[in-house]
Amino acid sequence: MERIPILRMGDVLLVTIQVDMYDRLAMTLQDDLTIRISETGAHGVLIDISSLDIVDSFIGRVLSNISLMASVLDATTVVVGMQPAVAITLVELGLSLQGVKTALNVERGMAMLRASTHLVDEKAEDAHREN
Amino acid sequence: MPDSNRILDILKKNEAQILTDWASEQTAAMADRSDLMNDAETRIQGKEFLGLLQTAVQFDGASDVQAAEWEPVRDMLANVSRSRALKGFTPSETANFVFSLKKPLFVHLQQELRADPAALADELWKITILLDKLGLWTTEVYQRSRNEIIARQQQELLELSTPVVKLWDGVLAVPLIGTLDSARTQIVMEALLQMIVDTGSEIAIIDITGVPTVDTLTAQHLLKAVSAARLMGADCIISGIRPQIAQTIVHLGVDLTTVTTKATMADAFRTAMQRLGTAFTRPQAKG
Amino acid sequence: MPTEKTDTLEIRSEQDIVSVRQAVKATAAQLSFSLVDQTKIVTAASELGRNTLIYAGGGIVRIEIFSDGLRKGLRITFEDHGPGIPDIAVAMQDGYSTGKGMGLGLSGAKRLVNDFKIDSSVGVGTTVAITRWK
Repeated sequence: MERIPILRMGDVLLVTIQVDMYDRLAMTLQDDLTIRISETGAHGVLIDISSLDIVDSFIGRVLSNISLMASVLDATTVVVGMQPAVAITLVELGLSLQGVKTALNVERGMAMLRASTHLVDEKAEDAHREN
Repeated sequence: MPDSNRILDILKKNEAQILTDWASEQTAAMADRSDLMNDAETRIQGKEFLGLLQTAVQFDGASDVQAAEWEPVRDMLANVSRSRALKGFTPSETANFVFSLKKPLFVHLQQELRADPAALADELWKITILLDKLGLWTTEVYQRSRNEIIARQQQELLELSTPVVKLWDGVLAVPLIGTLDSARTQIVMEALLQMIVDTGSEIAIIDITGVPTVDTLTAQHLLKAVSAARLMGADCIISGIRPQIAQTIVHLGVDLTTVTTKATMADAFRTAMQRLGTAFTRPQAKG
Repeated sequence: MPTEKTDTLEIRSEQDIVSVRQAVKATAAQLSFSLVDQTKIVTAASELGRNTLIYAGGGIVRIEIFSDGLRKGLRITFEDHGPGIPDIAVAMQDGYSTGKGMGLGLSGAKRLVNDFKIDSSVGVGTTVAITRWK
């Protein structure tokens, strides 16, 4: 069965979404990530969506869910590389992706994750950076 | 002999003369437009048109100019029309390309059919209908072209009036001036978001000092821009909010609590620098 | 209104939603829509396509390029013989953030397009037509 690969870079799990995802693929990713976070004890998840030129409400919800579930497992999620047209469309749709952290690219996303895992009591500071 | 081929006959027999007469008709009508078009060009276009006309007229009763056989003629006229629209000719001047062909054709028809008034009347009517339709087609294409040109110019104007500048590494600024309508705000949004990607800037300062009024719709557009930037991983600071606008915003019930706002662009810049962790130092005084 | 081109696709599985997105994208590209407009119409189609599949159990979608004489448009029509929507007004109000309502995201899709038309009868089915003008 087709799956989206999850790479591990130290304390961070890295996912690059490059295909036009059908629903089951997205759900599988959600499951796989949750399992991997548990298995590895990773504290960071970085999802690179710079290749996605369409993000509809379903994918938006999947991203939110991943972020929530990762958070329960003590991992921070950052979604990076959203394309301008996608951002404009999501805003128009009324999807705010609450609770999902975002960064411009993988580099910034990693910096954000490193910063958040170094500080123990970071939850308060992170709150004002969150969407 | 099929009637419509009388037209073909006349065109074939007298092409050179018709061309010359037609050219003079056009030149006479466009006496003050010699800057836009010269005789040689007029003749070349005329010859091409007459050639295509002769081909098309062979096919049917020369009445349905929207039919497939007339496509080469329509295309040629569309090109003439578009180029004249671009050059700044009026719609009448453009349509005149076709209409001014009537007189030369009428003259030759009269000569040919002097002995047969009924046939003459018939042919005159046919030519009139045909050239009227073609002339109107020219005008239609002209209108469309003008609309396209205007739309494009509007777009260019909008783009020119919304510059996004890079203030610092990682900091962009958009000084907005004038009224913010829907179209303009959308262009600003798109330009800003693209610049954010292109420059990898995490902070965008949207300065509205130059915006006289803000209504609900404008405020919503601004908030959408801020939300979109945030989804991409950048933060916006709105600066230059004048007291009146602050009051309007509160009155309208627009929620700006999730947006950083500063009174001046200078304040916004200082905030941006703080966020990036950039500090400015003064060189040590000598002595 | 003369139609220049029509494509009809079936929506029977989630793979089909991907096909719908790609077909709409290709057609939008044919009309040289701007990237943002293209993204909006494809996303709207994705939303409505998913509704057709999940709420109605499947249906068809028609993708048309047409002209009203002055300008060209891209119209996408979703048709199903599903349960139908009992109260369209209420369905049009719900949003993703409320989590209430039918979760159909109709109002969201409406905001992404120029024209939005919906017809629905309980027990008969639903038709939604969206148009984006060039």
